[in-house]
Amino acid sequence: MLNIPCPHCGLRNETEFHYGAEAGVAYPDPNTLTDSEWAKYLHIRANPKGWLAERWVHFAGCGRWFNLWRNTITHEIGPVYLPFTTQPKMPGNTVQEGPGK
Amino acid sequence: MSEIIFSFDDKMYKGQHGEPLAAALLRNGLLSITNSTYHGRPRGVVGLGVEEPNALVQLVSGTQESMLPATVIEVAEGLSARSLTGIGALPDAPDEARYDKTNCYVDTLVIGAGLAGLKAAGEELRAGREVLLIDDQPGPGGHLRHLGAGLPSALQDVLAHQNLTYLSRCTATGLYDQNYVIAIERRSDHLGSAAPANRARIRVWHIRAGQIVLTPGAFQRPLIFANNDRPGIMLSHAAATYVTVNGVRIFRTAVVTTVDNQGYRDALRLHNAGVQVQAIYDARPGAKGSSVDAASAAGIPIRFRAAVLDTASNAEGALHSVTIQDLDTKDAFEITADLLAVSGGWTPIVDLATHIGIKPKWSEEHAAFLVNHFTDKLRTAGMLAGDFGGDDDPSVFFGPALDAEQARYAYIDLQRDATLHDLRRGVGAGLSSIEHIKRYTTIGTAHDQGKTSGMLTIGALCQLGDAGQGGKPGLSPADVGTLSFRPPYVPIPFVALAGRERGELSDPIRITPLHQWHVEAGAVFEDVGQWKRPWYFAKPGESMEDAVRRECIAAREGVAVMDASTLGKIDIQGPDAAVFLDRIYTNMFSTLPEGQCRYGLMCKADGIVFDDGVTTRLGKNHFLMTTTTGGAARVLAWLEEWLQTEWPDLKVYCTSVTEHISTIALVGPKSRQLLSELVTDIDLSKDAFPFMHSRMATIDGIPVRIARISFSGELAFEVNAEWGYARYIWERLWALGRSYDLTAYGTETMHVLRAEKGYIIIGQDTDGTQTPHDLNMSWIVSKKKEFIGKRSFQLPYLKATGRPQLVGLLPEDGDEVIPEGAYITALNARPDEHGKIPHTGFVTSSYYSPALGRAFALALVADGLSRMGEMVDVPIGKKLLSATICDAVFIDKENIRRD
Repeated sequence: MLNIPCPHCGLRNETEFHYGAEAGVAYPDPNTLTDSEWAKYLHIRANPKGWLAERWVHFAGCGRWFNLWRNTITHEIGPVYLPFTTQPKMPGNTVQEGPGK
Repeated sequence: MSEIIFSFDDKMYKGQHGEPLAAALLRNGLLSITNSTYHGRPRGVVGLGVEEPNALVQLVSGTQESMLPATVIEVAEGLSARSLTGIGALPDAPDEARYDKTNCYVDTLVIGAGLAGLKAAGEELRAGREVLLIDDQPGPGGHLRHLGAGLPSALQDVLAHQNLTYLSRCTATGLYDQNYVIAIERRSDHLGSAAPANRARIRVWHIRAGQIVLTPGAFQRPLIFANNDRPGIMLSHAAATYVTVNGVRIFRTAVVTTVDNQGYRDALRLHNAGVQVQAIYDARPGAKGSSVDAASAAGIPIRFRAAVLDTASNAEGALHSVTIQDLDTKDAFEITADLLAVSGGWTPIVDLATHIGIKPKWSEEHAAFLVNHFTDKLRTAGMLAGDFGGDDDPSVFFGPALDAEQARYAYIDLQRDATLHDLRRGVGAGLSSIEHIKRYTTIGTAHDQGKTSGMLTIGALCQLGDAGQGGKPGLSPADVGTLSFRPPYVPIPFVALAGRERGELSDPIRITPLHQWHVEAGAVFEDVGQWKRPWYFAKPGESMEDAVRRECIAAREGVAVMDASTLGKIDIQGPDAAVFLDRIYTNMFSTLPEGQCRYGLMCKADGIVFDDGVTTRLGKNHFLMTTTTGGAARVLAWLEEWLQTEWPDLKVYCTSVTEHISTIALVGPKSRQLLSELVTDIDLSKDAFPFMHSRMATIDGIPVRIARISFSGELAFEVNAEWGYARYIWERLWALGRSYDLTAYGTETMHVLRAEKGYIIIGQDTDGTQTPHDLNMSWIVSKKKEFIGKRSFQLPYLKATGRPQLVGLLPEDGDEVIPEGAYITALNARPDEHGKIPHTGFVTSSYYSPALGRAFALALVADGLSRMGEMVDVPIGKKLLSATICDAVFIDKENIRRD
């Protein structure tokens, strides 16, 4: 279980949070998109092996949404940042604690 | 230690308090204590702890827990147990013991209180850190305990340190991301009948540690040879421990078979305890070391390049003699013995490390998979890290070459009765991955999860290839890799995971302020989410059907009352509230005048209907949204997500007020007349107070908000008041209602009434794939504004034909209420080329309507809206019902009754 640093409440167990997939996918102007571009917005999110900036909400705590960098292989958590603030740089590669599947 | 009496298989035996049940059974001469699960072969104790593959017992005393190895049960006053043949039974009586959970944060968690663990704990303490030390044994020392030796004084100091917490009988069952560990501590069984009644039997520890030191130790490995499962064949370390530490005196003559120097040390312990060790058969070409010299000096015959090939039993099925094979000449000879002590090398316990994805590495030198992991968060030490602490010098040997007949009784997994023969069949069937072989043979799938059999399987697989008997030649265990171990490391009773959250405490119960009234009125309740809602109010002698019919008639012909307080309510305020609601709902809310209500539908961005409800504009910048009873939390989270992550520029604040405001629905043609007796400060007439309007009023001075909202199609008033006033208002209505024959109704009647009007319930009449258009609700979709989901209605698949659409359904036989969920097929449909009859939809809601005098239903039918009047079939078991597709509104299509 992840230990997630809520920017408002500090380190809390993953069970208090809901996951919100890739961060930084803005709601597009629906009327300027083709059907396939709109379907891509609806259904396609990055799911890389490695670092991913993703959205979380402290559902059972303060109820606030925030973003963080997480390594999907090592579950290492990088910088945490609030919505509408500048995204911090992707953390550097660290030693992998174990190969992912 | 004190002598006590315990019961096993209904016989009384003497035992020492605190010793393993396995030791007590052996000392009492019970070499064979059970039969194997599938082959029915006699079996006895093999190991020392949780790795035990044979000696499973069920507790008869206490909680009657099943599938426990006799090696881990401690003998205590009042202990009663019986043997199991691999399959446990749940006790009939509920488990009344207490189970607890606790959370814990610690600088350093050390798993394993053996020498390596204690040493690591000492280092951590010296570095100024707080340490939690857990170990599954009754006491610290690990290997030293098995030697019957005490702790050196330096390690006793570690245990006594004020910054160290030591938990015995505490097993780490899972290691998870970011140094999270779950452990179960067994706290009372070892005290037997002396255990305090209020002590939690098992405590589940949720531990988050800054650092973890893994020193779990190792299990000794058996070897593969024919008939290697007989009582009397034991791991050498277990046999020597039971003999020397627990005073087991039932073995007179022993044979030791070994691949390392551990066999010599154990042979010496047996020899020194008076067991006649006939010989040590060592698979290696030679051996060096102090233990080898000592065994030799003690006069124990030693023979190299020799191993056990087969065994024979006495009349009771226990070991009688051993066939030894010269590994070079293949010559064999027999030797009698009542104990065969097997030392097949060590298997370090890699389980916890693999839980978080660490791959153990094969070490030819150790003949074992090791985990050498050193980060600032997690490190390994002791045998797991390759520190075997002696001069073991093991060879990579898992057993001699066996012919087909011998392989049938050469057991790899004793609990599963899985043999070398089974493994060969698996390889013969083309399987090469250890994971596939595990599933094909069932090796490693029993209660012990392959603690002794896993490594044997890997070894046997390699030997098979080398012998040209299938698979690849030249395979090393490094190529095969270990099995993936998953939590839990040992079985955990579900009841321990539940803790105190059982029965009434398993889930919160939410009740309305009218709950007690409903109880006193004899309501039958149904669970809606966590809410208790009255389902129907049966009078004495009434069936549910009778009660619902009476309640429906009262609502349609007289006046009836329902507790609607569970409706989700969200208070929405702010200068941009109206703009916000326009974006959330498919229809317009910014145009809604103050003091009026509007039904709204909301979709997700993919155009699928998500929730619905009536929202009232209480002021220019103030709305009260209602949601479905089960959807309140979901909807609030949805609103917050958009406000926080997409539209931070909107000044809008959302607050859940579900439990602040109670709602009483007064329904029926006589509702206005009844309410006017109670509410005298506003005009309730049709013209002064139109449908979908909201008015503030008072009842006996209590402020209330009355809204003309109807979920039945009848004239209806919703009376909203602060939660605490609900019972007073309800009882006032009830007293005044006596002369109107006021009838209380529950959710079932509510469902019938709403379905008669074709009003949907999200989640019942939708299955998460319907757009508003599919529900024949295009009228609620605004063409003038943007809202969430609008763009998706242009996607080809949501515009395509063949989509399920909401329609009504009238069964041919008006007395037949079609079961909800029933499939609908075309009339007289014939099977297609696959012999299947395709369905064309399914029934979502189905009731008997007293107003219609017949059964009716709502259904999702492919292109249903353009199939009005079409007959369809509804197969129910062997019956085939017919029904006609019709409009989903069955009553008062003109909406006259609501005024």
